[in-house]
Amino acid sequence: MVCALGIEGSANKIGIGIIRDGKVLANVRRTYITPPGEGFLPKETAKHHREAILGLVKSSLKEAQLKPSDLDVICYTKGPGMAPPLLVGAIVARTLSLLWDIPLLGVNHCIGHIEMGRLITGAQNPIVLYVSGGNTQVIAYSNKRYRIFGETIDIAVGNCLDRFARIIKLSNDPSPGYNIEQLAKSSNRYIKLPYVVKGMDVSFSGILSYIEDLAEPGKRQNKRKRPQEEEVNNYSQADLCYSLQETIFAMLVEITERAMAHCGSNEVLIVGGVGCNERLQEMMRIMCEERGGKLFATDERYCIDNGLMIAHAGAEMFRSGTRMPFEEAFVTQRFRTDEVLVSWRDD
Amino acid sequence: MSLEILKQGAEGRLYLGDFKGEACLIKERFVKKYRHPELDTQITRQRMKAEAKASGRCLAAGILAPKILHSDLNTHKLYMEYFNAAKTAKQFIQETVSTQTEDEAKKCLLEFCKRIGEIIGKMHSNHIIHGDLTTSNILINPKGGDYEVILIDFGLSHYNQATEDKGVDLYVLERALLSTHSEQPYLFEHILAAYRTACGKDEQAVLSKFEEVRARGRKRTMIG
Repeated sequence: MVCALGIEGSANKIGIGIIRDGKVLANVRRTYITPPGEGFLPKETAKHHREAILGLVKSSLKEAQLKPSDLDVICYTKGPGMAPPLLVGAIVARTLSLLWDIPLLGVNHCIGHIEMGRLITGAQNPIVLYVSGGNTQVIAYSNKRYRIFGETIDIAVGNCLDRFARIIKLSNDPSPGYNIEQLAKSSNRYIKLPYVVKGMDVSFSGILSYIEDLAEPGKRQNKRKRPQEEEVNNYSQADLCYSLQETIFAMLVEITERAMAHCGSNEVLIVGGVGCNERLQEMMRIMCEERGGKLFATDERYCIDNGLMIAHAGAEMFRSGTRMPFEEAFVTQRFRTDEVLVSWRDD
Repeated sequence: MSLEILKQGAEGRLYLGDFKGEACLIKERFVKKYRHPELDTQITRQRMKAEAKASGRCLAAGILAPKILHSDLNTHKLYMEYFNAAKTAKQFIQETVSTQTEDEAKKCLLEFCKRIGEIIGKMHSNHIIHGDLTTSNILINPKGGDYEVILIDFGLSHYNQATEDKGVDLYVLERALLSTHSEQPYLFEHILAAYRTACGKDEQAVLSKFEEVRARGRKRTMIG
């Protein structure tokens, strides 16, 4: 029996989760929401997290009906992420560990997503598409590591969506991606955008510049040829959202399919914040059906960053004997998925 | 006509068939229903054309690639030369490692890297960008007591003299080797060494571009 408390605060979400042997006892979260047209900055995000975290720890323990002494391990996100918000989680985790005399474990954020997805969906050995604001990776497990087969060579897919939402001043509540998804539903007019797949890798920065131009013609000093003015003027925001989604999701589905063919795998698991987009899930499901495969996906409670995934991944590590000396309880902004030795899987 | 389906690859289905009495491989890029129809048509046509063009360019440059016998844009089918005894480089590496002693396997793989590197170098010196260099897209075809290396799957390929595209091509290969053949981490450096001998006068420029693309990947901020 491992009972773990997990603290996640690598981006604009601060969440605490408690899990005991795969059973969810508590999962609480607060999101730092910025005004339309603005992104979240490290300093302000950290301030938001500092103000929320202690209340969340208390409410999670209350929800789980546990005392601190019932916990076996305290887990926190070690990276990757923004340093100031990460530090908030790490400092609270270290303090609680010393205060309650409970072992401490740092967890890789990406591994948290993967393990949570596997737990919730029951997928055994899937190709994982990890899509969020800061990451875009196609991952497969082999020989004690989660190996990255494909990824973005510039910005992440969520970053591309968030920045586009900022340009057209969409609300950040509950998330920019969600609002793009809703707006896209009211259009079916497809505008041709660049489509950039390089092997199992993708690139989004060119698409973003291109669609920026369409959304705000004339704003950037333009050296390249621009589509004709009158054509630009009658693209609605919904048309742009629809076309952006159709294009970038098709790219993601394509690289996932390439990885499936390359690795000979039949299962796909989508994790990360962008993973709760229903259009992406639908497209991926169709692709899987065409190949006789199966899709596993989760909803926003587990897709979007949460403390539970850190607790669960940490519990798995703890159960398989991983321990962390207190001196190593730091945070790191860059922490690759394939750096972690997957000690808890034997296949 | 009944066709024997060989495999469903990432791009389409592969069948064994015949073209004017000659056995051939038929690659059908079926309609992908997940994509917007307009995007799907555009991508399919573009890739079929790219594949046919690159094959011709490679053969003209003395690089082995399947000959395209016929292409039909309406049914999305490409009829090409079939190598029935060939296996993919991925299988080749795995079999070599599992059937030979460590020293023998390494010796054999180093020779293999040299050949792959030279071929990719030659391809780049002719400004052909493959676009999807993985060990699944390189065939090893036995010939006499030896083998020849054949490049396949040119759907993402294009013709470009820019060093950027060559750099990205190398980066894609490096990543594919690291993820698929993590037990043999030495493969890429030997391929690169052979590549440098064969890639022509742009060697320095391509290599520094490659370093740049690599750094782009690594420096990227990764926020959850």
